[in-house]
Amino acid sequence: MNIEKLLYKPAGERAILLGNFAVMRGALEAGVQFVSTYPGTPASEIGDGFSLLEKAGQGNFYFEYSINEKVALEAGIGASFSNLKALVAMKSFGLNVASDALLPFVYTGSKGPTVIVVADDPSCHSSGQEEENTRGFAYLAHIPILEPSDPQECKDFTKFAFDLSEKFEIPVILRLTTRVAHQSSIVKLGEIERPKERIGFVKNYKKFVTMPPRVLEMHEELLDKIEGIRKVAEESVVNLIDDWSDSAKIGIITSGVSYLYVKEALQLLNLKIPVLKLGFFHPLPIKKIAGFIEPLKKVLIVEELDPYLEKEIKILAKDINPKLEIMGKSLLPEAKELTPEIVISAIANLAGKKLKISLPVSGGKLKIPQRFPNLCAGCPYWSVFNGVKQAVKEAGLKNEDVVFGGGIGCYMLASFPPHNIQDYLLCMGSSLGVAHGIKKADKKQKLISFVGDSSFFHSGIPALINIVHNQSNPLIILMDNQITAMTGQQPYPGIAESGRKEKGQKVKLEEIVRACGIRHLKIIEPAKDYKEFVSAVKAFLKKDEATVIIARGPCVRIKK
Amino acid sequence: MKKNNKQFNIILTGVGGQGPITLGKIITETGFLQGFEVKTSELHGLSQRGGSVTVQIRMGKNIFSPLVSQGEADLVLALERSEALKGCYYASKKRTIFLINDFEIYSPSFGSQKLPGLKEIIFEIRPFARKIYTVKASEAVQKNFGLAVLAGVFVLSGAVHKGLIPVSPENLLKAIKSNVPRGFDLNKKAFSLAKDNFEI
Repeated sequence: MNIEKLLYKPAGERAILLGNFAVMRGALEAGVQFVSTYPGTPASEIGDGFSLLEKAGQGNFYFEYSINEKVALEAGIGASFSNLKALVAMKSFGLNVASDALLPFVYTGSKGPTVIVVADDPSCHSSGQEEENTRGFAYLAHIPILEPSDPQECKDFTKFAFDLSEKFEIPVILRLTTRVAHQSSIVKLGEIERPKERIGFVKNYKKFVTMPPRVLEMHEELLDKIEGIRKVAEESVVNLIDDWSDSAKIGIITSGVSYLYVKEALQLLNLKIPVLKLGFFHPLPIKKIAGFIEPLKKVLIVEELDPYLEKEIKILAKDINPKLEIMGKSLLPEAKELTPEIVISAIANLAGKKLKISLPVSGGKLKIPQRFPNLCAGCPYWSVFNGVKQAVKEAGLKNEDVVFGGGIGCYMLASFPPHNIQDYLLCMGSSLGVAHGIKKADKKQKLISFVGDSSFFHSGIPALINIVHNQSNPLIILMDNQITAMTGQQPYPGIAESGRKEKGQKVKLEEIVRACGIRHLKIIEPAKDYKEFVSAVKAFLKKDEATVIIARGPCVRIKK
Repeated sequence: MKKNNKQFNIILTGVGGQGPITLGKIITETGFLQGFEVKTSELHGLSQRGGSVTVQIRMGKNIFSPLVSQGEADLVLALERSEALKGCYYASKKRTIFLINDFEIYSPSFGSQKLPGLKEIIFEIRPFARKIYTVKASEAVQKNFGLAVLAGVFVLSGAVHKGLIPVSPENLLKAIKSNVPRGFDLNKKAFSLAKDNFEI
């Protein structure tokens, strides 16, 4: 079924929805008016879905793919300050980029209700940088965070987050993980609200301008807001208790997808143990938790990654129930995602039940070669990587003599065989920023830095200006495949396609590169002019100022 | 862990490009049409680019976890034969049937390394399998339609017609229609081909 039909099914019906699509439906039910995003797995389908709806002429919302997550959030803030219901979606690392805008926004608060969807990727299935836990932003930004566990909750919590944001004039984070965002199941649909009338920006210096001493008052007001929201959390159904019994001596506290593993484990082990499932990560319903742990002897905290809940509950138990035995990371891993069998074994341990595992040890002796993802057949990057290697060889150098800078995108695949040309990899745009530091550390070091076109717009431009102004001489290969390829062929500023019905204005890479002060620039299509590309790489490797080759050639997956 | 008859767990393995994500959607919707609770877990991102892909599909009653527990798979459906080995973790001797497309896909990342042959693969899987079936699905659809990507629907249709998944062929066909409306005619042909020509 196409997404327009699927997402506009009538209220009362049931539909199989991916977690990310359920978030969209929740936003539509809430009457969302403004959506901005930067694509990133596992959150990409949210933006792509809204783009398809907008192009199909459905919905009364504005949608855009912004240039990066900070700009996406700032656009959302502008919409919120103009009294619109706004949704901003990104992956975990995107929130790091956006955090500069996020923290003051929590101080000013929202005007139009605002929900920020952030998708983490425990076990790094599609995230190269680090295993991020967005829950930590609760401590840094004081922002309320809700954690759904399945698509039904993705929808319901999104709507609830808008309500909460409206009532308390504060942005709310909806935190997903891969196993929630990419989980499909049956969702019961609700009514779609008509978006409110547009009011526009109404000046309010006291609310929108963070300047001392006002900003310090805002800090205090924020702390008061959080206490107000805590009262809501104490009563809210998003924090629920299953199978309570007054005589229970052991209990489980959990959240997010871990709750589903707990339920599955209890079913498999045929156990009835009370479970407190927290939909709010911040603020925590302290009284509810206290009431839950007070009569218990033992409690197991089942959460992925950092033991944030465990630490909070340990503090709470000191006053409420100092003898309570608290288990969590003593039985569960702190790195990588949880799986049902890990939770089954922890709960069996908690309940003193012996596990009868009669399975042969999996992962036999047969060695099979690893199937790394690879560049598509016909991908222009084949010629880029091969050409660079050939140029290095023809220049009388070995691959070991040259540092190859990597970035985020399909060109990450340079790291795998058969290419094997990637010597560092950190985050969007960093191949350029780090290249400069390496060159300053050792002027003679030969260095070729790859940067994708979308990454360049996202956060490569300031680094390029820094290279020019502070004078280092990396050879930069700007991989211009005319699209944001890795995350599913989303448009970017280098083309007129915008992800909306209306075209955007094209921003030319070469004009930006020249404007940054680069004097040695070549634009080549390596797939067509391979020899010219190889000679350009050879020639530019000798230059004592920074050089750029725009390696142009469209992604083979671009839909014509 | 004891067997729970109320739930049916499928591990679908394959290589990006074979359409495993779409096939997962088709199975999930078939389960839904059959009146089951359904839950699917899939991974995106690099999956399109020739990497290994595993989709987990669960149907039945009281389905909570989106992931199949170790040893709890009822069916491992492998679209590529060496990828069947990925199913072993979720499989067990008492419970699991393997249905393997006897077809090999090479990856440039192998270099000079070779994939194991069918015999070696089956030898490895045997301790985890109640039964192992193999079928030359890619060959069959290539011969009949000249389109390798139809192997998925062919295998799935065969599995349903042979009673290896507790859903009806009618519901499967409906789910194929709603998930691949554009390529429906060809997919329907692959579906029908498996009805009468699925030797396992």
